[in-house]
Amino acid sequence: MTDIASRVPIGCSRFGVMNYLVCLKGILIREGLRYLNQRERFISSLVRPLLWLFIFAAGFRQVLGVSIIPPYQTYVLYEVYITPGLCGMILLFSGMQSSLSMVYDREMGNMRTLLVSPFPRWFLLVSKLLAGVAVSIIQVYAFLFIAWFWGVKAPPSGYLLTLPALFLSGMMLGALGMLLSSLIKQLENFAGIMNFVIFPMYFASSALYPLWRVQEASPLLYKICLLNPFTYAVELVRFAFYGQIEWTSLAVVCGFTIVFIAGAIIAYDPSRGLVIKKQEGGNN
Amino acid sequence: MGTNAELKNINDKSMPEANLPALDLASVSYAYGKRQALENVTFSIAPGRFAVLLGLNGAGKTTLFSLISHLFATRHGRIHVFGHDIDRRPGDALRRLGIVFQTRTLDLDLSVHQNLSYHASLHGIRAREANRRIHDLMQSIDMSDRLHEKARSLSGGQIRRVEIVRALLHEPSLLLLDEATVGLDIKSRATILADIRKLVEEKGISVLWATHLIDEVSHADQVIVLNQGKLVANGPVHDVVKNAGAETINEAFSRLTGIYALNAGNRL
Repeated sequence: MTDIASRVPIGCSRFGVMNYLVCLKGILIREGLRYLNQRERFISSLVRPLLWLFIFAAGFRQVLGVSIIPPYQTYVLYEVYITPGLCGMILLFSGMQSSLSMVYDREMGNMRTLLVSPFPRWFLLVSKLLAGVAVSIIQVYAFLFIAWFWGVKAPPSGYLLTLPALFLSGMMLGALGMLLSSLIKQLENFAGIMNFVIFPMYFASSALYPLWRVQEASPLLYKICLLNPFTYAVELVRFAFYGQIEWTSLAVVCGFTIVFIAGAIIAYDPSRGLVIKKQEGGNN
Repeated sequence: MGTNAELKNINDKSMPEANLPALDLASVSYAYGKRQALENVTFSIAPGRFAVLLGLNGAGKTTLFSLISHLFATRHGRIHVFGHDIDRRPGDALRRLGIVFQTRTLDLDLSVHQNLSYHASLHGIRAREANRRIHDLMQSIDMSDRLHEKARSLSGGQIRRVEIVRALLHEPSLLLLDEATVGLDIKSRATILADIRKLVEEKGISVLWATHLIDEVSHADQVIVLNQGKLVANGPVHDVVKNAGAETINEAFSRLTGIYALNAGNRL
């Protein structure tokens, strides 16, 4: 019989751990290369939070006073208060950027290359998610580096302790982006994500103002902020900066991460997926 | 050649996988909402065969490819690749499949090498082995010198050939090519077709070549004709021609897909 046809025998060994790591590494490298090829993406990911820090925070410093609330043990400048929120902003935009990139890949056909890999689909999606989170964490640290020169300084250990919080928050927001990418039929529809997801999530959270101030201003908005998972991502990062764990935030972020990842895996499952339904119209 | 019945023996380790059909479809149907794209399609391809899937645009070829490559789930019927059910054991089936899609799927912003390395990693192939295979395969198509160029700088024909190299990197046993020569000039088409036929002859790879270009069919091929989602012919070229009551495969295809009647009508 033919040599190639008999190359893979029945009951041949499945992929081992090393094969999985090779696959993960390949996806990480590809995302990294794509990121390096898009320098504008890196610059814009930094410019956005820096504008908020340099202009918005400076302007509102006198208007928005922040009293002593945990994790702060003294009065802090408004710039210090919004820095975790701006880190969250980077993760949020990056997560949505990943979803944009997945829609683009799907339209261009690159997504098929990934989806016909013999590795389990959940593993491929989680690997892609990890790659996106790794890129966004680099962006966050680049931002924190610049913010340090602007006088926004956390305890040195805080920069290290923030890493797990950034990772978890990035996973949650990246998974949300992945789930949303399955709902978007065409690239042009992505603007809707900006209006209906990114902005509401960002503004209806504790990123820009403490929740007690929101509660004073509008009890309804306060409740909305409490329902917003982004609030918990920001608080997780905020407390981690000072070496503390905010347990409620940790639980909520972990919970939503699992829900969003599961949703994305189901959405990209060929037998149940929403993605396939989106593609069906154009095929014959 | 294996049949559906033989697939039941897949768990019997004594049965060589190479004796099973490279591809076996049993009563496969698929619908987009109310529109039936494929209806009760059944055929097999033996290992080492070059099979041409002929059909006009809209015949259901791409849908069939999406089902075989597990991009869509098979809701009705069963698809086996060397005995492995694509829906129940997609990993085992996909490992044996090399796929060239109708649309270009190289990342144009990455180099040829980066694109190929990425694919190798998606099949768990370690860097050293991947590099060896990439160099060998690129050399075999005389494109080693383009390895570190951006995919964007390649011509349409070169992109297609790199995509074929990519599909072969993990040494598949069955190669699926969906309209691989569409949009290419005559020379590029001939080169690609010759490359693939050489693979069948030298390495015994099985090929399912989807096209609507009748001149890509050779006498020794298995021909599968789809028309409006239905299988209207399947077999060696001379059988298909004979059964259609035609003189040539071109005429047989015209009769089977209704072009013949349309042309006759136009002449009146």
